[in-house]
Amino acid sequence: MIQCKTSKEISGMGHSMKRKEDARFIQGKGHYVDDIKLDGMLYMDIVRSPYAYAKIKNINIEKAMKVPGVVAVVTGKDLEKYNLHWMPTLMSDTQMVLPTDTVMYQAQEVAAVIATSRYAAADGVEAVEVDYDVMKPVVDPFKALDPKAPVLRTDKPGKKDNHIWHWEVGDKKKTEEVFKKADVVVKEKMYIPRIHVASIETCGCVADYDKVNNHLTMYMTTQAPHAIRTVIALVAGHVGLTEEKIRVISPDIGGGFGGKVPVYPGYVIAIAVSFLVGKPVKWIEDRSENLQADSFARDYHMEVEMAGTKDGKILATRFKVVADHGYADAQAAPSKFPTGLFSIATGSYDYDTTYMEADAIYTNKPPGGVAYRCSFRVTEAVHAIERITDRYALEVKMDPAELRMKNFIKKEQFPWKSPAGWTYDSGDYHQALKKAMDVVGYEALRKEQAEKRKKGELMGIGISSFTEIVGAGPSRDFDILGIKMFDSAEIRVHPTGKAIARFGTKSQGQGHETTYAQIIAEELGIPAENIQVEEGDTDTAPYGLGTYASRSTPTAGAAAAIAARKLRDKARKIAAYLLEVSEEDLEWEPGVFFVKGVPEKKKTIQEIVFAAYTNHPQGMEAGFEATHYYDPPNLTFPFGSYICVVDIDKETYEIKVRRFVAIDDCGNIINPMIVQGQVHGGLTQGIAPAMYEEFIYDEDGNILNGTFMDYLVPTAVESPSWETGHTITPSPHHPIGAKGVGESPTVGAPPAIANAIVDALAPLGITHLDIPITPYKIWKALKEKGKI
Amino acid sequence: MEKQITVTINGEAKTLNVEPRLLLVHLIRENLNMTGTHIGCDTSSCGACTVLMDGKAVKSCTVLAVQADGKSVTTVEGLATGNNLHPIQEAFKENHALHCGFCTPGMMMRAVELLDKNNNPTEEEIRWGISGNLCRCTGYNNIVRAIQYAGAKMRGDKLPSTDPVFV
Ligand code: FES
Ligand code: FES
Repeated sequence: MIQCKTSKEISGMGHSMKRKEDARFIQGKGHYVDDIKLDGMLYMDIVRSPYAYAKIKNINIEKAMKVPGVVAVVTGKDLEKYNLHWMPTLMSDTQMVLPTDTVMYQAQEVAAVIATSRYAAADGVEAVEVDYDVMKPVVDPFKALDPKAPVLRTDKPGKKDNHIWHWEVGDKKKTEEVFKKADVVVKEKMYIPRIHVASIETCGCVADYDKVNNHLTMYMTTQAPHAIRTVIALVAGHVGLTEEKIRVISPDIGGGFGGKVPVYPGYVIAIAVSFLVGKPVKWIEDRSENLQADSFARDYHMEVEMAGTKDGKILATRFKVVADHGYADAQAAPSKFPTGLFSIATGSYDYDTTYMEADAIYTNKPPGGVAYRCSFRVTEAVHAIERITDRYALEVKMDPAELRMKNFIKKEQFPWKSPAGWTYDSGDYHQALKKAMDVVGYEALRKEQAEKRKKGELMGIGISSFTEIVGAGPSRDFDILGIKMFDSAEIRVHPTGKAIARFGTKSQGQGHETTYAQIIAEELGIPAENIQVEEGDTDTAPYGLGTYASRSTPTAGAAAAIAARKLRDKARKIAAYLLEVSEEDLEWEPGVFFVKGVPEKKKTIQEIVFAAYTNHPQGMEAGFEATHYYDPPNLTFPFGSYICVVDIDKETYEIKVRRFVAIDDCGNIINPMIVQGQVHGGLTQGIAPAMYEEFIYDEDGNILNGTFMDYLVPTAVESPSWETGHTITPSPHHPIGAKGVGESPTVGAPPAIANAIVDALAPLGITHLDIPITPYKIWKALKEKGKI
Repeated sequence: MEKQITVTINGEAKTLNVEPRLLLVHLIRENLNMTGTHIGCDTSSCGACTVLMDGKAVKSCTVLAVQADGKSVTTVEGLATGNNLHPIQEAFKENHALHCGFCTPGMMMRAVELLDKNNNPTEEEIRWGISGNLCRCTGYNNIVRAIQYAGAKMRGDKLPSTDPVFV
């Protein structure tokens, strides 16, 4: 049971308050970017390359310009005149806005058609004639490293290969020694496929440049409006668009999941065109464009090893990663961490030796590497450690639950320093796994499995006991393009005791309008119902780095609590003045200051706020407002234990997820209903790559499943009925003890499912299968093993 | 060559001249400025654009506006009666069946048709029934629950609890 300190009327932390934002969404009054219509607005559509690698010989726009309604066709050569044909990526690499001579991946933007209507723009796209000289692309990252492979980034002077960067952490020598001496060493090659966030709303914008006032309003699907404003100023400052002249508005967003963090060429072209023609320009991607060209996620080729004793004690791990970044390093990761937070891969276990290395490679694929519902490569890391832990349990013939229990970091060992350098804040891993086992009925399931195995039936049980790392982050380590990753909250309480609060983050469905109000309600006792939350407008919200990587609660949520506490301190002073007692004589309970021992002598927060405007003490600043920029002292480390039970048809290899129990620990819970909703959603995004989703490219660099017809986003039929629960281990350093939850399920679910499937097939000699695991993959693996 | 059509939208008859190739979803969103109906794909896969045409749920990105000539179309904007929410709207809010809200209008329109035909569907019938509508946010658990809740409301049964259930 979650304890609430406030009444239901106040609805502070712990209440399953119904969401404030829902009223508009259920009545068709959401306001998404494609709903914006401005006077004189033009529409933009994009000509894309059918080839993965080709020289552009010629672009003929003549016919397109004759299409009724078409007003302009923009090519790379046009942008080159303003030095806008290239742009920086978030990783300080460069990426084309529009090409002047070469296309680097299929579906790359080649030209933009501007017209008076959506249909005319699409007609214009059809009529643009592009002459290509097709070249043989480099599709496989391992082949890209071949000295004979063509060098893709010829735009970079002196670049002689397709290697982007090398990264390593840990103790190489010590790891080698431990591995050499260890009784048991297991090793698997694992591939985490290239996938896509596939939020149901695609990306888009309306760029509205006002020539008279030299002012740009940019409505866009962005998870980080302030950072975007700064980036636009950095890119377009030289044409007179400086930061005070730019307003970025992020309206309602139809799902982000990290895919709406990067700056895509379409946004930049729309701004350039609006700047040149002085009219608003709308660009909305089609789904297929979104899948084929926008930033992908994952695409990690990993070699994972674990060393241990015969009786199941983990001694060391080693990880080697080859990361396919496409033709530009456009991943979203904090500057210092080229592999993001992959170094969480040592997992939930108590051992002190690890070594990790990674190399990033250019290929002829779309650029990216977004943190898809994941703190920067944590999904890959957790898959690696949770899969290899099961592999090790199989090798030493130990139950995977028992092996985990034996190796978990104990709750009294926190704060715990990981061999890769992180300080885990708090945890109780034993409790979470025990709870998951109790709920699922682990012992009974193992017995059932043993019975079924005798009959040749395929049933599997898979565990994943993950440790997450979220809340980027402490400014000493975390920045994006130099901007420190703090976040902010500003609270203004009106004379009548109702408030508006603004944040540097941006909800894309997480329910911030409700949860932030609850945090403030908890601290100030003003009913959450009376606290209006606003985000996404850079003209009004305080500066922040946006919402992704489960950072909103750890950063902006903390900022809200601290700003509210500043106000409570002020309230105490005013109450003391009004009640004519000293501050120390006052006691606080949600919404009221009263005199110790004399509860009828009291002032409500509403009375106090009114006094702040009407009768404040001499010498005190009038009004009731506070702002806080929160720079976290550490990251937070949510964790959980998931157990998946699968039945596999022994003839068709159809996989049925029978049960899936998820126990999450995200510290103190703000709104249990919303936390549960986040977990449900993340679990479905976890089963997706585990069983269904993967982009497939042929050797010519053609994407073979770049539409919703053949990229299988799970429907309600593929998605099991999730069983979720929690344990609560507060974060010791976070002002409200919360940790962040959005990405735990996406990160934790795939290995639980993969482990269950491999467990079912283990009697047939299967030790590992790459996700997504499909009936065909199982059939193929068994065929190769000679089992069928 | 434009063609004149008359479509009844949410009870109001509208006569307009449209291009024969205009999609119903664009007629609704662009010509009639009702933006509650969304577009999530270009392959008739996601269902974000679902509306009712003569009571039948259709993907309005896959229907031409001219095919709606003489027909009656209901969108999310037409669900509530005055200030009274439709049971499905109440159910989605009470059961936290939406996160970003983008799939929600289409999902609700499909659910309305489902419940019109059978106001007491099993979980399996609901899951198959909404399998033409994608939601990337919710994991569907609460959508299923919301549709059950709306069914109970439409049947006049006692309403199930909307508290989250934890294991
Ligand atoms: S927009 Fe996706 S089905 Fe109509
Ligand atoms: S609520 Fe976001 S797609 Fe369903």
